[in-house]
Amino acid sequence: MAARISVPATAKKGDTVEIRIAIQHPMETGFRFDVNGRAIPKNVINRVTCRFGGEEIFRAELGSGIAANPFLDFFAAVEESGTFEFEWVDDAGVRGAETAKIVVS
Amino acid sequence: MKRRGFLGIAGGAVALVLGRKAAAQVRIENGMESVVRDLTAGATVREGRVTLVVARLADNGYAVPLRVSVQSPMTQTERVKSITLLSPRNPRPLMATFHFGEDAPRAEVATRVRLNGTQRVMALAALSDGSFWSASAQVEVTESACLDAS
Amino acid sequence: MGGRRWRAGRRDREDRRQLKRLLALAFLAGTALAADRPTPLKSGVEFTGADARALQADEFANPGMLWVARGEKLWSEPAGVSGKSCADCHGDAVKSMKGVAARAVNLDGRIENCRTEQQQARAFEPESQGLLSLSAYVAFQSRGMPISIPGTADVQASVQRGREIYHRRMGQLNLSCSQCHDDHWGRKLAAETVSQGHPNGFPAYRLSWESVGSLARRIRACYSGIRAEMPEYGSPDLQDLQAYLAWRAQGLAMESPGVRR
Repeated sequence: MAARISVPATAKKGDTVEIRIAIQHPMETGFRFDVNGRAIPKNVINRVTCRFGGEEIFRAELGSGIAANPFLDFFAAVEESGTFEFEWVDDAGVRGAETAKIVVS
Repeated sequence: MKRRGFLGIAGGAVALVLGRKAAAQVRIENGMESVVRDLTAGATVREGRVTLVVARLADNGYAVPLRVSVQSPMTQTERVKSITLLSPRNPRPLMATFHFGEDAPRAEVATRVRLNGTQRVMALAALSDGSFWSASAQVEVTESACLDAS
Repeated sequence: MGGRRWRAGRRDREDRRQLKRLLALAFLAGTALAADRPTPLKSGVEFTGADARALQADEFANPGMLWVARGEKLWSEPAGVSGKSCADCHGDAVKSMKGVAARAVNLDGRIENCRTEQQQARAFEPESQGLLSLSAYVAFQSRGMPISIPGTADVQASVQRGREIYHRRMGQLNLSCSQCHDDHWGRKLAAETVSQGHPNGFPAYRLSWESVGSLARRIRACYSGIRAEMPEYGSPDLQDLQAYLAWRAQGLAMESPGVRR
């Protein structure tokens, strides 16, 4: 799954930083039919988590009501340099992961 | 103080108190009561503190950007635990739930949702003190101008 | 209710032939006859809603950028019998592909050509992830550059044929492209505003497609909109229309990946 992450490269201790993630995924609702009239099975990214320093700072539980190629924008407070770890999984069990480093001074 | 003025103020004060209590329980869209009850375990849902920003007229129902935020000091003792997006007209009313970590500085998320027609989208916030707050926004969603079989 | 008059169908055949000759001459001379193009020239982004416009302008939130990112990866992947990647011949796309999409009348065709002839790999299917990703990546290298197509004889001939198709009434609704996009741009069609029908945003992320799609797909969608049989991908009609649209949009800046409804 192609994904793009936006995290500032640097920040000051105590800053609030904006984090954005965009994942390429059809978020198949399960309500569509293919050209042969067969229902296309539901398959959405159902969970996206973000960890920093091993601790979960944000978790999104998503349903088919979230648009295709899901986009999330949220905030984190940074006290020290580290790595944001992103993980997501869809209904078919396919997992994705990305990381982004931040230097905090 | 003029009589009318005094009555006006007194009446106003009474209305304010009554108003506070009367408006405490937010109006839940038809069909959503059970979904909301499941999320809140029957607790009162209050209107306020939550801001939902979304276009009044969606460009296209397949991708409607929205931003939701909750007024909160976001301290260890007083913070927002989660925000849930609900739709009264989508086939699945529960759109997403966003959980905030203990150190989250802001209870704010932006995303893009699918809206299956004109409706009042609802955001429900669960606070650490067990209270629930919500806001809703009416979004007009129109059909595409042209048929597209591509 | 002011606005444009309904002009279509007013010219008689002789006038049209005269006009065609005049236009051909004008084209040969390298000038664009003002009457054939909308004025002022406005990109499709000006006719979408605020959300779509904001999404296009935000390089991170623009969903089309996911395809550009994918294309960037594909650019360096070896393919086919040749075992070569695009990069092996074309180097850094940021340099080598700059302006290419702004000058191309059939970008997808050229990519397919490279794929089958140079890389000796199986052709991409139209609207496949691979083709969309590469075309999005290549087109992105022309972002901000004005469309300007070659004045060669074969391109000119294609533009002429495309012009004819553009002005031809078609489909069950018996409408020509020109009737909406020349005569009624800026007016409402249901809740949407009719654009001038320019290709400068393509390949574009169309919200209703939930995917990036090519100009060819968008033209096919228009055909189905007027209830006409959609031309096949790669068909001469589609290619000629693309050439005409490019000619007609000359001067407009490329916006790919555009975001449209």
